[in-house]
Amino acid sequence: MEGIQLDLLSEDMLESMTPMEKIRHILDEVRNGKILVVEKGLTPNEQTKLIEMTMTEISPEDFSGIEIESYPVKQNYTIFNRFFGKNTVKTRLTVIGPANQLKTIKKDRDLISALVSSRS
Amino acid sequence: MGLMSKLGFSHLFNRIFRKKVSRIGIYGPPNAGKTTLANRIVRDFTGDAMGPVSPVPHETRRVRRREGVQIESNGSKVKLDVVDTPGLATKIDFHDFMAFGMTEDEAKRRAKEATEGVIEAVKWLDDLDGVILVMDATEDPYTQVNVTVIGNMEARKLPLLIVANKIDLPTASPARIHSAFPQHPMVPISALAGQNMDMLYDKIADRFG
Ligand SMILES: Nc1nc2c(ncn2[C@@H]2O[C@H](COP(=O)(O)OP(=O)(O)OP(=O)(O)O)[C@@H](O)[C@H]2O)c(=O)[nH]1
Ligand SMILES: [Mg+2]
Repeated sequence: MEGIQLDLLSEDMLESMTPMEKIRHILDEVRNGKILVVEKGLTPNEQTKLIEMTMTEISPEDFSGIEIESYPVKQNYTIFNRFFGKNTVKTRLTVIGPANQLKTIKKDRDLISALVSSRS
Repeated sequence: MGLMSKLGFSHLFNRIFRKKVSRIGIYGPPNAGKTTLANRIVRDFTGDAMGPVSPVPHETRRVRRREGVQIESNGSKVKLDVVDTPGLATKIDFHDFMAFGMTEDEAKRRAKEATEGVIEAVKWLDDLDGVILVMDATEDPYTQVNVTVIGNMEARKLPLLIVANKIDLPTASPARIHSAFPQHPMVPISALAGQNMDMLYDKIADRFG
């Protein structure tokens, strides 16, 4: 059967990986044409790392980058956490795919709507 | 919510022991009007400009810094290093530049430089005291670029000011931007027409002073 592979990455799976392992895994899968739905998303630091890695891999004719959509992170504003410098940013569901196959149609605070097409 | 819980310890520290100059990065997606805004700020307070502006995305492909720009508004003064950055993106397709009439070679070169510019802009996030995030108010604000910049500033506990640009255009909706990121201050402006600049300078002095 021809089609597009969709992988749902659980929080447990990503928790066992280091940030670079996560990003390598995501980019490898996306470059193979997969669409990934990541349960808890990436931290802001991982998001910038993913952007950097994506930029280094872009090449004409071959790979034009990724489409990625997530919701704004939620912050945990307790004084206790702030005082002890805990990073309590709550990351949220994220969808990632090849830029030439995944197009975001509409996005608002609580809904992401996307169009997936086969390789162009 | 006190000042400390909102902005974090380092910001409070800077407020008390007034650092002389704040280094402020101007960030946002390609074409939002970052360089147009940087030019206007620098021109208003020093008389010259910062860099070239263009309707073709990824016009700025190298970070540019202008040191010691003294901003005055309503009696308060603040000295800034203004850092204009290349537009952030998760995808860059050279075909998009060919649609603006570039040859294939020119388009590919621009795409390559644009990818390097994005990396440079991301690396600069580590060396800033605050960010002005410029959004095109005619476009959807819920983008990964916006989410990533905001998330990074929140994680670093650094002050952020959102600019809803291009309000001279009929479809602009600063309200949509505010409802997307209600926890951060937002100023609606037209960098091109110079609308609401005084309001922006007040906010800059307040936020980054
Ligand atoms: N109508 C309108 N157009 C604007 C405004 N600000 C900028 N522009 C136009 O938007 C286009 C992009 O402006 P730039 O200042 O080059 O945008 P930038 O964010 O620096 O873009 P990159 O350097 O490519 O990331 C240009 O055609 C500007 O004239 C504005 O307030 N209103
Ligand atoms: Mg620019």
